[in-house]
Amino acid sequence: MNKRMFSRLLLALALVSGPLLAQEAAPTLYDAHINVHDMASVQRGARIFFNYCAGCHSLQYMRYARISHDLGLSEQQVMDNFDFNGVKFGDHAISSMPAADAAKWFGKAPPDLSLEVRAKGADWVYSYLKSFYLDPSRPVGWNNTVFANASMPNPLWELQGVQTAVYAPSKPGEDARVEKLDLSQPGMETPAQFDRTARDVTTFLTYVSEPNVFERERVGLWVLLYLVAFSLLAVFLKREYWKDIH
Amino acid sequence: MAAAPDAWKPRNRTLRWIEDRLPVFGFLREHTVEYYAPKNFNFMYFFGSLALLLLVNQIVTGIFLAMNFNPTSAGAFASIEYIMRDVEWGWLIRYMHVTGASLFFVVIYLHMFRALMYGSYKQPRELLWVIGMLIYLALMAEAFMGYVLPWGQMSFWGAKVIISLFGAVPVIGNQLVEWIMGDFLPSGATLNRFFALHVIALPLVLLLLVVLHLGALHTSGSNNPDGIEIKQHKGADGKPLDGIPFHPYYTVKDLVGVGFFLLLAAFIIFYQPTFFGLFLEHDNYVPANSLVTPAAIHPVWYFTPFYAMLRSVPSKGMGVLTLLSAIVVLFFLPWIDRGKVKSMRYRGASYKIALAIFALTFIWLGKIGIGESTWIGDTYIARVLTAVYFGYFVFLWAYTYFGWERTKPVPERVTMHE
Repeated sequence: MNKRMFSRLLLALALVSGPLLAQEAAPTLYDAHINVHDMASVQRGARIFFNYCAGCHSLQYMRYARISHDLGLSEQQVMDNFDFNGVKFGDHAISSMPAADAAKWFGKAPPDLSLEVRAKGADWVYSYLKSFYLDPSRPVGWNNTVFANASMPNPLWELQGVQTAVYAPSKPGEDARVEKLDLSQPGMETPAQFDRTARDVTTFLTYVSEPNVFERERVGLWVLLYLVAFSLLAVFLKREYWKDIH
Repeated sequence: MAAAPDAWKPRNRTLRWIEDRLPVFGFLREHTVEYYAPKNFNFMYFFGSLALLLLVNQIVTGIFLAMNFNPTSAGAFASIEYIMRDVEWGWLIRYMHVTGASLFFVVIYLHMFRALMYGSYKQPRELLWVIGMLIYLALMAEAFMGYVLPWGQMSFWGAKVIISLFGAVPVIGNQLVEWIMGDFLPSGATLNRFFALHVIALPLVLLLLVVLHLGALHTSGSNNPDGIEIKQHKGADGKPLDGIPFHPYYTVKDLVGVGFFLLLAAFIIFYQPTFFGLFLEHDNYVPANSLVTPAAIHPVWYFTPFYAMLRSVPSKGMGVLTLLSAIVVLFFLPWIDRGKVKSMRYRGASYKIALAIFALTFIWLGKIGIGESTWIGDTYIARVLTAVYFGYFVFLWAYTYFGWERTKPVPERVTMHE
């Protein structure tokens, strides 16, 4: 059985590295230009996340108290604006949707997003949020060019508006390919405003995937300065000791 | 350490009392102040002490990680995030351990390359080289098991592929694979035993081997960039004329190496901890799932040269044999290379060219093994490169066995380039 498993794995690897993948081109991603130090963007992203995403998606490793501390928001602000489940300040941000029901409704329970940016990258998340389009053939009526046949409807459609797909003329025997997405019904935000919204959510999720980022970069500067001094002293010490070695 | 009447003794009365009963200070002195190293060490000689520093780093940070890690298939992934988010300075401890693991291999590869450059594996240091190779093997096992512990997708599927290599063993292959995993798939049983091996068994083996490595080094003495035995020219006092006491000369010099190395390490830890997805891979931030295969399975970068060789061979049995031979052949290097001149400074031009090609081949194989390219031609390139890898040893044997090498005269005494 293991021999078979192994040859299948190798076959899968061969296929992945082979020309088959080349045909199914990876989706081109937008450049997200994330700056996690833009605190206003992180805060706006948090607001959008908890209003539009947190109903279905959990941040199972993220505590409300930590968000409050890192984003410079008071306990009152966080509890009033982000915590809609009435859990304690020190608790994790868990969605109130039961996973079993979610799996029944969407075909698959919405994934936890604590590490989404670390796993997929900021550009992927940003592009994914921008790439929903109407597709009546899908169970929830939506599809996505970045993640084909995703079971997720567009949560931000009232902000973005509704996009529809323009298909490239397909060759016989091939599936129709989406050439571009047209904004067929404008939303509450202009395309430029919505880009900022998608970027804000991505910035917030970038922070969530590694909340130590601020402390890490702050401490790192002092460590580097210390090590520069240490190295210089070591160089002088070495020169002093080695004066008489020729 | 011999109890000669003029034997060195500590001046302090308490230390003297200890020394009379357990000559620990004399032992330390013998291996630092009284150990004479060649005075012409260059940049390439920093990596031994750096490897020792990294070993200490891995053990110390590892102890603190083990305090908070949960070695179960249900809890491992979450406990890593617990360390990253809730444990005080946990993120720093983990990044130090992860970056340390990758840098350990950078340092070890450079350390081994240094041995190839200056012939440090040659007589009388064959056993020193063989023990070093055993350290490399133990380190590979240690790193592999450590990589499984976070129980992400790459942990799981990497473990699955690597363990299934043992299925190539004739007759007992399949039973062997199940015995190693303790299950039919990598599971909680696998994770738990890998944790035990990673934190107890292999560190003990590594420490023992490092002690033997240093013991063998201090018996034959250090080689140097000129490949000359400094013991052949001793002064009236019996000390090598081209040697200087390891302490304080090389302790202060290694401190410079440590300083610049830590600058590099700190830059990675604090500003690029995933090292562009190479030290910490994106797919390993997805919890292990036996039902979903990642788009590309590959081990961490330091194994990918061998992985590329494995993949380039179409049959599993032959592939595993190729991978195994690629490592085993290194053990025999002291007997394959029959040249008497050690350092590449005085060896034939073809040796230098062959060594450069060998190093580039290894790096290129590593790049292919990561598998980011989806070009089918890479499989054929990997085959050629695998042949070149083994070709190096064939060339080296023929070159020295048939006396084709035209060496330059080796100086009597070491040369200083400063």
